Amino acid sequence: MDGEELTEQETALYDRQIRVWGADAQRRLSKSHILIYGMTGTVAEFCKNIVLAGVGSVTLVDERVVAEESLSANFLILPVPDENLYQGKTLAEFRVALGETISSEGAAGDILTFGVEFFEKFDAVILSCCSLRKKKWINQKCRKLSKRVAFYTVECRGSCGEIFVDLQDYKFSKLKKLEETIECRIEYPSLEEAISVPWRALPRSVSKLYFAMRVIEHFEYVEGRDPGETIIDDLPGILELRKELCETNSLDESQIPDALLERLVRDVAEYPPVCAIVGGILGQEVIKAISGNGVPLKNFFFFDAMDGKGLIEDISVPSSPS
Amino acid sequence: MASEEQLSAIKRAKVLMVGAGGIGCELLKTLALSGFQDIHIIDMDTIEVSNLNRQFLFRQYHVGQSKAKVARDAVLRFKPNISITPYHANVKESRFNVDFFKEFDVVLNGLDNLDARRHVNRLCLAADVPLVESGTTGFLGQVTVHLKGKTECYECQPKPAPKTYPVCTITSTPSKFVHCIVWAKDLLFAKLFGDKNQENDLNVRSSDTANPSEHSEDVFECRKDEDIEQYGRRVYDHVFGHNIEVALSNEETWKNRNKPRPIYSKDILHVKMTKENGDTEKDCATGDVSAMSSLSLKNPQDVWSLAENSRVFLEALRLFFSKRGKEIGNLTFDKDNQLAVEFVTAAANIRASSFGIPLHSLFEAKGIAGNIVHAVATTNAIIAGLIVIEAIKVLKKDNNSYRMTYCLEHPSRKLLLMPVEPYEPNKSCYVCSETPLSLEVNTRHSKLRDFVEKIVKGKLGMNFPVIMQGASILYEVGEDLEDDMVAIYAANLEKALSELPSPVTSGTVLTVEDLQQEFSCSVNIKHREEFDEEKEPDGMVLSGWVEAPADKDNNKPNGNGESTSNALPSEEIQEDEKDVEIQETSEGTENVTGKKRKLSEVDESRNQKKPEKLDVDDEDDELVISDDWESLTKKKRV
Repeated sequence: MDGEELTEQETALYDRQIRVWGADAQRRLSKSHILIYGMTGTVAEFCKNIVLAGVGSVTLVDERVVAEESLSANFLILPVPDENLYQGKTLAEFRVALGETISSEGAAGDILTFGVEFFEKFDAVILSCCSLRKKKWINQKCRKLSKRVAFYTVECRGSCGEIFVDLQDYKFSKLKKLEETIECRIEYPSLEEAISVPWRALPRSVSKLYFAMRVIEHFEYVEGRDPGETIIDDLPGILELRKELCETNSLDESQIPDALLERLVRDVAEYPPVCAIVGGILGQEVIKAISGNGVPLKNFFFFDAMDGKGLIEDISVPSSPS
Repeated sequence: MASEEQLSAIKRAKVLMVGAGGIGCELLKTLALSGFQDIHIIDMDTIEVSNLNRQFLFRQYHVGQSKAKVARDAVLRFKPNISITPYHANVKESRFNVDFFKEFDVVLNGLDNLDARRHVNRLCLAADVPLVESGTTGFLGQVTVHLKGKTECYECQPKPAPKTYPVCTITSTPSKFVHCIVWAKDLLFAKLFGDKNQENDLNVRSSDTANPSEHSEDVFECRKDEDIEQYGRRVYDHVFGHNIEVALSNEETWKNRNKPRPIYSKDILHVKMTKENGDTEKDCATGDVSAMSSLSLKNPQDVWSLAENSRVFLEALRLFFSKRGKEIGNLTFDKDNQLAVEFVTAAANIRASSFGIPLHSLFEAKGIAGNIVHAVATTNAIIAGLIVIEAIKVLKKDNNSYRMTYCLEHPSRKLLLMPVEPYEPNKSCYVCSETPLSLEVNTRHSKLRDFVEKIVKGKLGMNFPVIMQGASILYEVGEDLEDDMVAIYAANLEKALSELPSPVTSGTVLTVEDLQQEFSCSVNIKHREEFDEEKEPDGMVLSGWVEAPADKDNNKPNGNGESTSNALPSEEIQEDEKDVEIQETSEGTENVTGKKRKLSEVDESRNQKKPEKLDVDDEDDELVISDDWESLTKKKRV
């Protein structure tokens, strides 16, 4: 944190991970600033991971008040009698207790009112428990900044989880054996672009979870629901919407099974093992993007505890005919 | 997510965790959040600073305290009303016997060594308790499920043994930096600072058997009229100069190899070493004594020049004698001993320089010498989540849903988390299938002691063995043995096999048991006169015992890092719409144990073939960030 070199304390503390990604990457991490919107169980896992990784600072925005349900999957929030405690503040205890090497703050207020100068401070922005409208708005904001900001959304419902990654035009070096480096580049679509890719243009093997999440997302958008407010009673409405969307997109309805949609709408509460897994993958991705080490995933990650698969889907329009 | 029935199964469950480290902390947290209410956790370690980057239940002020206890306290803070019972103990202790294990509905391992894993595996088999195993190294990890009689046990598949190197490579013909480290650590350091009575190959020359180096014993003793500086240079010149010259005199060795060059201190360090502006009196506490400080070498990531290494060598040696003199004669290398690490780094680098091998930084050398496993929090978190998912399946007795899951660094066919169905038990597994083993041995020359140490304890992993021939007990360990029995067993150890009260000769069948592990197997003895000294240095060959093929002869157990992550499935794993279909790769290791079938093949007839099991043995001391999956996996195949 002082100057360019890692301190002796940092070198001792981070020894085991420096052996994974090197001292340069560790230095870059120590200078990074992360913005997180929405304190969920998965986000708590993610916070823990990046704090341990040694990031420079974490800013948490969540205007909601700590509620009973939020305690079940979130180990950073200790049972306290103060009902008015902003979720954002609870991170501070963890940070200070861990090693005092990282600062954190909670920011109250509606994130949509924050200006460019607010977002420009950050190297990575992570949104959770966030409506589609807000996600798109913030994504666009990030893409207009003069410096590149890594953008992520994460959502976990019951036994499933989804991560979206937008690193815009990402350039990095890959170290081959024998000290050779090659320059690589990955172009990411914006959130809007990605979810606008016509379904019929996607390979048949694309995860059903992708489509199912889009249906629910669309439903919440159209019905003006807050994220996580969709319940089992909404299922008929959702199935109806699925029918419409599939017709519009020339997609067979069987690609988005009833059982899957039902699962996603019935079990909205987060499931701690899934939080750990998805929070872990997200942590790894953010660390990769900030440190410049490793190949980041493009551009969706899905996990479903039912089949146990954690897979990557590339939802983008190919830039040139192959 | 959880149905009522699932929630109550979780609530009622009694779970044993073995290990409260990297995986353990994440696992305890996730179990608690998932609704488990009765958790027991065993860990013998105390907390160290290097744990704090991932074992997030621990803080700086916990360093030195019991991991199991601190983990428990930390979790109770956010889940106050559950029961967590910590044991600051070694899982191999006799109180953790089969009856203890039988109390649990499932056992979850978060261990970092093969020995303990094998031990727990056997206890779980004996107690018939399901075991969920796991391991991580860097970005790689896996979770496997083991149910007696239904799936493979942990030992059905060969596990890579710790890497060892032939004696001559270490003493005479090193070609890699790790060889130099082993020389510096196990030979030179041991010779100078360790037990003088220990056998040491430092002055062994591969073809020089006719010259018992009597006089060289004195070389390493400080002479009365010598000061430390002179002594240091003398040792330096002997091992880096004189010994190399002697080695060079044997033309044969160097016919097809690059010759080393002798190095003498006077050529590298022109002036008598004066104290540089470092802080030699930094701290009298032994922990803070450092040659680097003394020489103002600040950065452990720097690669020192030959001159700098030489200075560190001499300064470290001087500091050992002047500040830690009392410990000399008793020291073993410890990666947390800064001075020892400095000395070994310097010595290895000078030797490397001599042999034209690239030099390494202290940071890198420490990792190799200390068998440090690189680790990050995220992989452990992911693995912990996967463990809990499997544990819940086990509690629900959801037989068809168990999966072995592999966490990959680079996606294979889009998959970062790859589930694979478990296999049925290996019918030739000597641990779970009671297959007899065979031992070729010279029954007239080999003693019972050799059999006990090298085979029973060494290869078979038994801690408290009982060895019987028919009804007669040839040897056993135990607390309540009568004195005369103890004497008889002690005498038996020193006898040749054929001379034992119940003679062991060709055709004899020995029964070997570990009562604590409740594990028993039979060994058929075959007499053989001759054994190849190089290839069969133990003078015994055990077969029917599934061993990972090592790529060097195992002459001396100079182990290098034990990877906690092992066995990956073939990269050919393809995905069709619904099922995970596995194809055999075109090349690969022979499956020694015959055709394995997956659980689903046993139940229904599905068309599946066995995948390759690849060893991922993360020993590279260079940081390789490669997405070249093909070459990376092919490289690891034997």
